[in-house]
Amino acid sequence: MKLILALIKRDLTLSLRQGGGIGTALGFFLSVVVLLPIGIGPDQALLARIAPGALWIALLLSVLLSADRIFQQDYEDGSLDIMTMGPVPFEMVALAKAVAHWLSTSLPLAIAAPLLGFLVNLEPSAILPLALAMMLGSIALSLLAAIGAAVTVGLRRGGLLVSILVLPLYVPVLIFGLSASQPGAAPGLTTASLLILGAIALVSLVVSPLASAAALRSYLK
Amino acid sequence: MQFLANPTRFLKIANAALPTVWAITIVLFAIGLYGALVTAPADYQQGETVRIMYVHVPAAWMALFVYTVMALASALALIFRHPLADVAAKTAAPIGAVFCFLSLATGSLWGKPMWGAWWVWDARLTSMFVLMLLYIGYMAIWAAIEEPHKAAMVARVVALVGFINIPIVKFSVDWWNSLHQPASVFRMGGPTIAGPMLWPLLVMGLAYTFLFLALHLTAMRAEIAARKIRQIQIAEIGDR
Repeated sequence: MKLILALIKRDLTLSLRQGGGIGTALGFFLSVVVLLPIGIGPDQALLARIAPGALWIALLLSVLLSADRIFQQDYEDGSLDIMTMGPVPFEMVALAKAVAHWLSTSLPLAIAAPLLGFLVNLEPSAILPLALAMMLGSIALSLLAAIGAAVTVGLRRGGLLVSILVLPLYVPVLIFGLSASQPGAAPGLTTASLLILGAIALVSLVVSPLASAAALRSYLK
Repeated sequence: MQFLANPTRFLKIANAALPTVWAITIVLFAIGLYGALVTAPADYQQGETVRIMYVHVPAAWMALFVYTVMALASALALIFRHPLADVAAKTAAPIGAVFCFLSLATGSLWGKPMWGAWWVWDARLTSMFVLMLLYIGYMAIWAAIEEPHKAAMVARVVALVGFINIPIVKFSVDWWNSLHQPASVFRMGGPTIAGPMLWPLLVMGLAYTFLFLALHLTAMRAEIAARKIRQIQIAEIGDR
């Protein structure tokens, strides 16, 4: 357990000191949100209606953009090879990396996104449910992104392939995330959707370490 | 299963079975198409366009069935290291993708006169579309990784993760929005389709299944041959 925490801490430090982690993702998120009203026109009523969806899609894209960084560097400099031989089960190494990605990228984005909602005229009453849904959803987003990153780690142009592989898996998160954060939704609907988001996060928590570790092993042989 | 582990033995059986399988396919298609286009009545609401159903519905069944075959083969490869399972999974993917595309395309042609639009964001259409994307991603992995052994191991993971996700996607989009009619053949309490329309549909389903079997055996045979050629070429480079 101590070793796993050390792994997470190492990855967090690396992503903070190297730059290009949360800064880039947040910058990308901002530019998508700014381009959107330019693309569809500045109508306030229309913007308010599509605000949760727009924020969710910006979140998915920003998480995907940083996904291929989860294993890439450690694969290239050989750290992953050493980790396969260490005392920590390799599945837990994969999980630690996904958790580090969640803490360094997805969670800050999920917290920042509802606050940036004023740019697209998000209704104030929708901020809290949206923040909750995004925090729960971002767990699944990071875990699924880790599978995509592991599957394409040895490829030179893996970035685009990650999106093709992972975006279909993001559909349920997007659907339930949206239904939790609709402005006019009944309170029961919000709770139910949040519970389902939690369930999706738990399923990914089981599947992701197994799948990522299996894919990484085949590259490391 | 272990009996088929030897590629030579598999090829012998496949070569012996293929002409019969093709013959059954052709006969079934002849009966099914005759039933679908000639004897089956036109629908009282949808008119003659209902005949698209006989091409559309079996294609959708097959798209799901082939993905299941792919996932099963991947699981067999992962658990038992069955030497032909990866070949089976790899060659099933393009066939399944074509069935999936066929069901989307005929569905679109059917949707225009019935719903007044080529495409609607309905639950079934969306989940079939996601299935299509999964097929494309799976094939992209095989194309992107040069070394066949490594590609096989990664592709297994992709196929199985996709297989776990299909029910989740299906259930979430159902909940999201549904316009498509509910299942009417395989349901509790028997089918709701009238007999003269039902039997051509079932025959067509069987015909599609045999078509898949024939195509799949042929594709597996080709893949085994391609691997042999690759090995011969590598050996020749080594000799030089």
